[in-house]
Amino acid sequence: MKIKREINAIFAIASRDFIKFIRDRFRIVATFIFPIIFIGILGGSLQSNLGKTVGYNFLTFVFIGVIGQTLFQSTASGIISLVRDREEDFAQEMFVAPVSRFSIVLGKIVGESTVALAQILGIVIFALVIRVPIDWTHFVRLIPAMFVACLFGGAFGVLVLANLGTQVSVQQIFPFVIFPQFFLSGVFAPIKNLPPVLFLFSRLAPMTYAVDLVRSIYYWGTPEYSKIVLHSPLVNLAIISAIFLVFLSAGTFLFVRNERNR
Amino acid sequence: MKKAIEVKNLIKRYKKAKTNAVDDISFSVSEGEFFSFLGPNGAGKTTTISILTTTLAKTSGTVTIGGHDLDKESSTVRQNIGVIFQAPSLDRNLTAEENIRFHAVLYGLYTFRPSYALMPNSYKKRVQELAKILSIEKDLNKPIKNLSGGMKRKLEIVRSLMHHPKVLFLDEPTSGLDPISRKNLWEYLQDVRKKEKITMFLTTHYLDEAEGADHIAIINNGKIVTYGTPDYIKKDLVENYLLVDAKDRVRLKKELSAKKIKYSEDKYVKIPLVKTNAHHLLRNIDTELLYLKTHTPSLEEAYVDIIEEALEEGAV
Repeated sequence: MKIKREINAIFAIASRDFIKFIRDRFRIVATFIFPIIFIGILGGSLQSNLGKTVGYNFLTFVFIGVIGQTLFQSTASGIISLVRDREEDFAQEMFVAPVSRFSIVLGKIVGESTVALAQILGIVIFALVIRVPIDWTHFVRLIPAMFVACLFGGAFGVLVLANLGTQVSVQQIFPFVIFPQFFLSGVFAPIKNLPPVLFLFSRLAPMTYAVDLVRSIYYWGTPEYSKIVLHSPLVNLAIISAIFLVFLSAGTFLFVRNERNR
Repeated sequence: MKKAIEVKNLIKRYKKAKTNAVDDISFSVSEGEFFSFLGPNGAGKTTTISILTTTLAKTSGTVTIGGHDLDKESSTVRQNIGVIFQAPSLDRNLTAEENIRFHAVLYGLYTFRPSYALMPNSYKKRVQELAKILSIEKDLNKPIKNLSGGMKRKLEIVRSLMHHPKVLFLDEPTSGLDPISRKNLWEYLQDVRKKEKITMFLTTHYLDEAEGADHIAIINNGKIVTYGTPDYIKKDLVENYLLVDAKDRVRLKKELSAKKIKYSEDKYVKIPLVKTNAHHLLRNIDTELLYLKTHTPSLEEAYVDIIEEALEEGAV
């Protein structure tokens, strides 16, 4: 009975986040602006200028990278909306309910993952419009990896959330935590070879593994694989699982503790 | 009578604070009782209610709600309480029905369904009943942004009663409402209390709201200043006195001293009516009086006095 209630609670919390997303027109529009800039403008210009020398299609490279980045980042920033819930006091309604705090966090992760996946649909439509060369059989096998990228971003979001108290600190600090990862994780540029310091930071950035996991599965079995991919899907998955567990347990523990121990 | 709430030596000190926000308070509330926690802003009311409703960790002390320990059985405690928070806790992006559904699922009353249409008939019937009580049948499926402040408050109360809690906590439920909405909400709450026979724990800084309670505890600077029924508090705190003056004030004072009647002197001579009444006292005074006034302060004045006294003590 208790497990059933917890699962129900997870679904209820998740559906609330999804409903909020589909009712927020501004957020829907905003979620497409970045991919349009990244894929359409940045990917397009890089392909025209560098495509021939790197030996693979840059537009596809950026498109697949943006998929991993969007899933990771959108889920992470969505989780942080718990800060807003707390300030608008909606969180109280959840926190006085007879539901495990882990279910609340898990519900947020599931909900924000659904939101992130809905955004991917938009990105794919955009990619079709501008005719990004995509191998659709390869793309279909990405679906399980997409879920992994979302969950991973969610765990990262919980850890950040646990350490940020207010909306103001979220607005000030979160960009510094997320934007460097855009470049360090190799969404727009190859990171196979980097100077030592950048190499270290790029391998420390969690987003790197989300992006590389998606690419490693997409490019699996293609001639470009060795030029683009850092680690095999299994290695990526192992690293992500380990970091996921640490982030989620430490993040949830800290969040719950900070929530009550004021 | 069984205790619905028992608080013993409760202390809360916030991180980095130099003083206790709640400073060693103890009290109990019987089942079915209407208990009011009265005090000015910053007295420690919300801190206490946050601890009692499991959203804030205490520093020390023991609390049981419905016989369940707050720390060891927090989930059972949460199941047995309903909470109306000081700040509205409705989700403004959801409709009234969605807010209710969200609550009902969190409390394990119904299995989650993504839309109202898919919910069981028993749920639909219940929601329609609630909508009727609130007269929001038409707005049930509209975002709650459209509802007035008073309606939102009522919706929160209706929502908090969905799981039939044994204790209803109300943290300044009428704050931010205009006087008419306040009156309406208050009548509604009294009605709920009669029908549901629920234990109610109210925090307020409005004296008139507290006066209807079975027991009142006045809290200030984290301590309970006084506790009792409204009548007891009135008797205990309200100081009746006579203000008198005479042409020959020196003679009057001498007479009062000789008859061991306590007095103080300001613009008039003030004689507290302790264990006596005005009639009896006046029969005892021979000096011709020029001025006579009996004074019976209201509970409001007594409350203000208590708070001011406590403030002065705090300042020292």
